[in-house]
Amino acid sequence: MATNVLTSEMKKVVIRFSGDSGDGMQLTGDIFSQSSGQAGHDLTTIPDFPAEIRAPQGSVGGVSSFQIQIGGTEIYTPGDKVDVLVVMNPAALKANLGFLKPGGTIIADKDSFNARNLKKADYDTNPLDDGSLNDYHVFRTPATSLTREALKDLGLENQVMTRSKNMFALGVVNYLFSRPLDNIITFLEKKFGKKPVMLEANKLALEAGYNFAVSTELMGPSIIIPPANLPKGTYRNIDGNTAVAWGLLAAAENSGKKLSLCSYPITPASEILHELSARKDMGAIVFQAEDEIAAVCAAVGAAFSGNLSATTTSGPGASLKTEAMGLAVIAELPLVLVNVQRAGPSTGLPTKTEQSDLYQALYGRHGEAPLVVMAASSPDDCFYYSYMAAKIAMENTTPVVLLSDSYLSSGTSPWRIPENGELPDISIPKFHKPAEEWKPYLRQSDSLNRYWMSPGDKGFEHRIGGLEKQEITGNLTYEPQNHEKMTKIREAKIEGIAVKLPKQKVIGAASGKLLVVGWGSTHGAINTAVIELLEEGGKDIGYTHFNYISPLPENTEEILGKYDQILVCELNNGQFVNYLRAKFPDLDFRQFNKIQGQPFFTSEIKAAIINTLTE
Amino acid sequence: MQTDVKENKSELTKKDFVSDQSVRWCPGCGDYMILANMQKAFARMGHEKQNFVNVSGIGCSSRITYYLDTYGVHSIHGRALAVASGVKLANPDLNVWVFTGDGDCMAIGGNHFIHACRRNLDMNVVIFNNRIYGMTKGQSSPTTPPGLKTKTAADGSIENPFNIGDIAIGSGATFFARVPDNNHQLMEEVMMQAYHHKGTSVIEVLQNCVIFTDGIHEQITGNDTKDDNQLVLEHGKPMIYGKEQKFGLKVNGMRLEAVPLNGNSPESAGVLVHDAHDAGSQMHAALVKLQLPEFPVAMGVIRKVDAPQYEQDVHKAIARARSRTEFKSVSDLFHSGNTWDIG
Repeated sequence: MATNVLTSEMKKVVIRFSGDSGDGMQLTGDIFSQSSGQAGHDLTTIPDFPAEIRAPQGSVGGVSSFQIQIGGTEIYTPGDKVDVLVVMNPAALKANLGFLKPGGTIIADKDSFNARNLKKADYDTNPLDDGSLNDYHVFRTPATSLTREALKDLGLENQVMTRSKNMFALGVVNYLFSRPLDNIITFLEKKFGKKPVMLEANKLALEAGYNFAVSTELMGPSIIIPPANLPKGTYRNIDGNTAVAWGLLAAAENSGKKLSLCSYPITPASEILHELSARKDMGAIVFQAEDEIAAVCAAVGAAFSGNLSATTTSGPGASLKTEAMGLAVIAELPLVLVNVQRAGPSTGLPTKTEQSDLYQALYGRHGEAPLVVMAASSPDDCFYYSYMAAKIAMENTTPVVLLSDSYLSSGTSPWRIPENGELPDISIPKFHKPAEEWKPYLRQSDSLNRYWMSPGDKGFEHRIGGLEKQEITGNLTYEPQNHEKMTKIREAKIEGIAVKLPKQKVIGAASGKLLVVGWGSTHGAINTAVIELLEEGGKDIGYTHFNYISPLPENTEEILGKYDQILVCELNNGQFVNYLRAKFPDLDFRQFNKIQGQPFFTSEIKAAIINTLTE
Repeated sequence: MQTDVKENKSELTKKDFVSDQSVRWCPGCGDYMILANMQKAFARMGHEKQNFVNVSGIGCSSRITYYLDTYGVHSIHGRALAVASGVKLANPDLNVWVFTGDGDCMAIGGNHFIHACRRNLDMNVVIFNNRIYGMTKGQSSPTTPPGLKTKTAADGSIENPFNIGDIAIGSGATFFARVPDNNHQLMEEVMMQAYHHKGTSVIEVLQNCVIFTDGIHEQITGNDTKDDNQLVLEHGKPMIYGKEQKFGLKVNGMRLEAVPLNGNSPESAGVLVHDAHDAGSQMHAALVKLQLPEFPVAMGVIRKVDAPQYEQDVHKAIARARSRTEFKSVSDLFHSGNTWDIG
């Protein structure tokens, strides 16, 4: 048997809960995340569920999993490999064993490893008994039978009782990590407050699992993960899509504008639409349009009407929206397009992650049509970057594309709720002179911003549209010099935003042999890899991560120029690296790409860095 | 909200809605008549000028936004209704007008059209139907009649054309009217009724393109033939037509029938009385489909029924949620649910 990966000194641990779609694994993971946060741990989570809404019960295709890394140190990813694997049936073991480290722990519901379920998962013999798991520490728990036993007096049907076995498993895991059950019970009380029988069932199952682990002493002593040193404040767990929605709400409130969201359902962006549809209580005006084109066009209309306006989608939808984005560019209207990227082209791998819509965001419009492109880098910072996208759009009367992706959208991490005054102000340029002096394309001399006047503003009646306009007056004109001038102005306006962006930062060496470069959702894996290499004695390695892509922060070239080599890591075939090559042709860029619909593993990045350094 | 205000209350005149841009349609184009009527009707609406928004797509029709001195968006091909929906939903106080053509609205914008009809935002859609693509120089449109030779149908169109009113009513439109471009009085009257209608008003204008389909509506709109070939409908009035009002429409079995009155009163001849407010749409659907030569073509307000307005329902739901919530600010939302403190 391999050495046990669980030790009492460990500072972080990766746990994967898995079972049939009906086994409640997402809820179990969610509750465990909450209680980990309350225990002061940093964490990152990622769900992994079947693409089919109702996959056959007990089949490998129907396995639903939830992975979480918790730690007493900063946690940036849900972890490459798993320390503890909870499996509620044979299919879950089959689907997930590959994720488990040698010497890892398996907590299995041995009751569900019956002939029928083994057959559904294509096992000839029972893996819990046939010796095939000898490299792991296996705990065979009678989760189903003990849960039923614990719940027998509640008068529930067998099937309903069995559904609580996820809480049994959670009880076992809680014992393993020395967690008291109090805050989980508090959570259950909130969740099932209106269903006293279900509350009681879940509590009894949770306690049964915990007591089973205590009394059997199967597992040896508990492991205590120390709390992480996180900044002071109030926290909650948040997923990337909710964070995007809330960022827009905060921007609406801080700008004094109403929020219009005009979207069309698409995986994996729909949850933003769902959340804002539920936020009528915050005044969100939500329009579910008949198609992606109508959604972005309605957003253009809402922007013209003077609202903070957004449309949310994923790659195929972003493709359909490109013509209207060009309209927003030439009309110079503030508009936020959130693209929660998924693997393409076409329908591609709709539930899998990829960073392959960067070219589309930068160049996917006809004509010279520059706009702001930015990217979020963790589930919780989706809030900040969505806020910033709205702020930049309104302050600069420009469309902004915010790139998120499937990985950020459903992953969670603890979010420190901003306190009053912590978010930057939003100050939209105001025109203070009489209306007669205003013109649709009159600009602020420094920023080149035009003034955003809207219906209802008396005396400012004007027409905008897709045809080229004369500078200042906004009259239609085909005058050749004017078109060239307006094209240059639109470009300079976007480039000029760079001065307002935060300076690009580096961790590790400020100059030296290698600069690792990332953008968007890969921050967690790359950051962890670089920190580990630095801790392992690596020298001369720096890391910089981009959230602002068009325009790039002002000091980008200065930073890139300080290293012998630059390695750009991204989940596509090299889009950001080629963008940088075009911008900085004198610099030499190397690239590390993964195009498998999966996020980077930290180990892959470490290996890529070491390869680059030793080649 | 677009409220009922007395006409002529404001002191705006037609001139207030004339922009400083020179109008660039072909001489003799039917669009000039529509523009003049819109400017006149706008002045009568008593709506604050800064609350007018005109939205158009692409095509000859859609240039009209530049010639109307209000807020306006000259958007992209087919999408005017989508843009206008966003405008109106964002600010329900606005008086929103969409100007579009048979190609813009019924071909590339067809999806937005049917959904606008069923959604019923309080806005007005004026469709310039010249049965051809004018700006791109003469290709078949979804309303091009069979047999008509076009740039894309050298031997005559073989396609089955859309009847705009039929699509509108079939899609749930609460207001549909049809007018010829040369009947100023009727057009102005219809525009005013559309303005007062709470919901999406669809107005089809039979518009003459002097270049590509000159005279396409002549049989219906020509001075010599218009009286015999148009049935101008008015709510509560009998469906009679003809130079001397000697013909009427009645029901025969499942079908409409055009009959001479033979000196009888419409009532005694069993002629139908137009009920534009009938919530059922069967009769309205039958009326919009009337075609020459068997029948006259129906004009005026064919359908005008009350139904909930989408933007009103959305904003009422928001107001209700706002009045019930404990959240005073986003901070309250962020702190709701499971949170924990560190430090």
